[in-house]
Amino acid sequence: MPLHQPMEHIVIIGNGISGVTAARHIRKQSDKRITIISAETDHFFSRTALMYIYMGHMKYEHTKPYEDWFWKKNNIELKRAFVQQVKPEAGELILSGGETMAYDKLILAVGSKPNKFGWPGQDLDGVQGLYSFNDLQELELNAPNNKVCKRAVIVGGGLIGIELAEMLNSRGIPVTFLVRETSFWNGVLPSGESEMINRHIKKHHIDLHLGVNLKEILSDENGKARAVVIAETGEEIPCDLVGLTAGVTPNIDFLKDSGIELGRGIKVNRFLETNKPGIYAIGDCAEQHEAIGNRRPVEAVWYTGRMMGEVVAQTICGNRIQYNPGHWFNSAKFFDIEYQTYGWVHSDQRKPEYEDHFHWIHPDDTKCITIATHRDSGKFLGINTFGIRMRHDIFDKWLTEERSTDYVIQHLGAANFDPEFYRSFETEVLSAYNSQTVNV
Amino acid sequence: MDRIERSMSLTGEPPKALNTIQKIATLWGMTGLAILVLAALNTSFPNKGLWLVLSLVSIVGGIVLFAKGAYAGKPEGIKNHGVWFKSVSGRGFWAWVAGISLTGFYVILYFYAELLGLNPGGENRGVIALFDPLSLLLSGNPASQWFVYGTLYTIAIIAFGIKFIWKYRHNRYERIRTFSVMFFQTAFAFLIPEFMARLNESEAYNLPYYDLKSVWPLNYYLFDGYSLDGLLSSGNLGLYMLIFGVASIFIITPILTYKYGKRWYCSWVCGCGALAETAGDSFRQLSDKSMFAWKVERWVVHSVLVFAVVMTTALVSTYLGNDPGAHWLTRDIFLVGVGVFLTLPFAAIWYFKRDSLKKDAKLGAIAYLVIILALLGIHFGSGNDNIFLFEASNLRQWYGFLIGAVFSGVIGTGFYPIFGSRVWCRFGCPMAAIMGIQQRLFSRFRITTNGGQCISCGNCSTYCEMGIDVRAYAQKGENIVRASCVGCGICSAVCPRGVLKLENGPLDGRIDANQVLLGNDVDLMALVNKK
Repeated sequence: MPLHQPMEHIVIIGNGISGVTAARHIRKQSDKRITIISAETDHFFSRTALMYIYMGHMKYEHTKPYEDWFWKKNNIELKRAFVQQVKPEAGELILSGGETMAYDKLILAVGSKPNKFGWPGQDLDGVQGLYSFNDLQELELNAPNNKVCKRAVIVGGGLIGIELAEMLNSRGIPVTFLVRETSFWNGVLPSGESEMINRHIKKHHIDLHLGVNLKEILSDENGKARAVVIAETGEEIPCDLVGLTAGVTPNIDFLKDSGIELGRGIKVNRFLETNKPGIYAIGDCAEQHEAIGNRRPVEAVWYTGRMMGEVVAQTICGNRIQYNPGHWFNSAKFFDIEYQTYGWVHSDQRKPEYEDHFHWIHPDDTKCITIATHRDSGKFLGINTFGIRMRHDIFDKWLTEERSTDYVIQHLGAANFDPEFYRSFETEVLSAYNSQTVNV
Repeated sequence: MDRIERSMSLTGEPPKALNTIQKIATLWGMTGLAILVLAALNTSFPNKGLWLVLSLVSIVGGIVLFAKGAYAGKPEGIKNHGVWFKSVSGRGFWAWVAGISLTGFYVILYFYAELLGLNPGGENRGVIALFDPLSLLLSGNPASQWFVYGTLYTIAIIAFGIKFIWKYRHNRYERIRTFSVMFFQTAFAFLIPEFMARLNESEAYNLPYYDLKSVWPLNYYLFDGYSLDGLLSSGNLGLYMLIFGVASIFIITPILTYKYGKRWYCSWVCGCGALAETAGDSFRQLSDKSMFAWKVERWVVHSVLVFAVVMTTALVSTYLGNDPGAHWLTRDIFLVGVGVFLTLPFAAIWYFKRDSLKKDAKLGAIAYLVIILALLGIHFGSGNDNIFLFEASNLRQWYGFLIGAVFSGVIGTGFYPIFGSRVWCRFGCPMAAIMGIQQRLFSRFRITTNGGQCISCGNCSTYCEMGIDVRAYAQKGENIVRASCVGCGICSAVCPRGVLKLENGPLDGRIDANQVLLGNDVDLMALVNKK
């Protein structure tokens, strides 16, 4: 008779996309006991959808990808608690309130928190980031309408900054948007695209300030933010809300004394293993020892979180496997303009010397594409597309097959993913491409 | 001071507030409705034609002006700000007021038309009399409650259709589709039947009201005795119309559904769909997305289909039996034919598509087939005239009451602001059920998921009027092939990441072709997809 062995207990800290994906895939492959701990919400919700709750497109319940019965049915235990401490030697977690929980394997999927760069006044009332469900609730208090919040200032021109601008704008709250770069997100986007987005932001009546830094946030007599001061000009902008959206950083303060190796994030190898046996880190909080290809060591992206969850589940279920992401892809939406990217298209500043760009923009100023080509080989390196949807599978295939940009441009129609009856622009793109090639 | 500022504000603040144009528009539209209500209360209007025009123009004008206030001068794009904050679209107080009023209207319309002024013996009164001038102009006959309803229905589709086009002006699929439903409603459901009534002024014609785009079994009265009598006594035209009616369901529908999915009908042609897509657009997010609702949907909609088939078979066989020898088609041949006709596709699906059927689908299909064949068998076994255990006319009456009036009208439309705009189409329409079976098993239509781009935000599921949890498929990288999808295209429109596309394509790999593309390398995805 076999000895009765208690089922291995897998504890996952964090119920975001990474942790939940890991849990689902472990459950697919095993009967291990799984517990997901979260201090944020009882159930998994889509973090990317927080903006839609504030704008009234959806309610919180709509952002939950699985119905509440899903977890019990799949025997995944949910624990609402804040983990104060991880004790790798004891295989134990200390939860807020002193409760402890033992684990056999631990997956850290603890996500990020908004960056704060030591600005005077950054901890005042009315100053906040936008990352967690709690941030959303705070925003509802700080900026319910344009009577309570007569003006908002957003500091930091990234994806969350522009989302916050769209959110506040939907409630008629005037927004001043302070961007350190000389053009919106031009550390990532080539200038043609970045400038188109600048114009689109202004079209939505956002007061966009480029090339400026925050000096300090001024307080009123109650410790609430009343204005910001711009470093370059000394200009004082009165406001009731300051949104800090200058990127995110791994949420790892509680691990400081755990002995788990930390850098900017939790250091992991390609197997997503930390320096402590049986402890893994995935998603926003994981930091690769060495960057994979052109990727950054910390990838705070929805898709990479999901992919890491799939990988770590394999490893935990006995099939030790490397995190080996395929071709890079990403997407976003800037107010009304959708953005997708496949492969690598670098910004003007970060562009390697061999990377050539072909840029086409539609006269209506809401659609453009940029295609990156290897100058020597003519190889297609990647595409950024704005306002035109493209097929992921086709570009993935073309990147794998190492197609030339000539080929890609000629077959662009096959990659179009816009709804039926939409006008297509392949002919314009092709003729622009040809005339450009002739000119060179 | 503060108050003055608020009332002068044109921008509104929380996205639920109405701006000044919208307030004026609401007032204008309500004036138009008020004229109708006053007429219903037997206010005597001196010049009925003029007041009718004034009323209808006010209603249309109010709606269109409201749309202008909402969308004009704003950048093109998705316009769902504040949908869940607004009382009327977020199941608040005004939603209940609207729901109860609409439901009340339907109850009066179906069961107490005399309250609207219907007076079949003599001159119409009330609101129906107000519509007499228009009805006389079109068909030459005085108005009935159905003419009043048909006019308001068409007006609603046109006015809210304009609003919808304004809202989705960046989306060519939505624009064209909405023009289509507006055209089919105005021409086929409203004008052509009225002009056909003109033909009846001649002795040679005795045509029943027939909306040619309304296909049996949705158009369950096509095979009523009076309808068959009318068509068969109207010369070649009547015969052709009957043939067209039969061909609509047995030839045209299967071909078009194979090529384009059921959307060619449900969201491009059908009148119920037209109202849902236009006037119902503000309520599409209210549909229930739970697994439980999906289970209920499958049982209820297919039960209605069985009811419709049994009822129609009974009606036609009674019709044939009333006058033996009048037609080449005898009652016995007809009944045997129905039995064979139902069994053959059933056997074919069972054999060729058995892998696509879930357990409850198999169970349900067998149960339904047994019921129908047993009823047919009882008839042959007993040999008496009282076929199907029930009298055909009783069956027809119950169907008309339960399905035609209560389900499709009172619940289906009256409850728009509470249950969403497609309750009837999803849970009740037998035509949708037939096309749904075909769409699931044998159609080129699917919603393609774009590789790994889904961020599980939930906009697609939220705005699916049919209550399909679109996200559940999209986040797995799986294409969406669902019996109930009417192809309205809104999931694709509201998706912020360009993940969804309605397409017609080959049957191979139609369902989960793209699962490999969630972003990891191919070796891992092979493991992940291992089932």
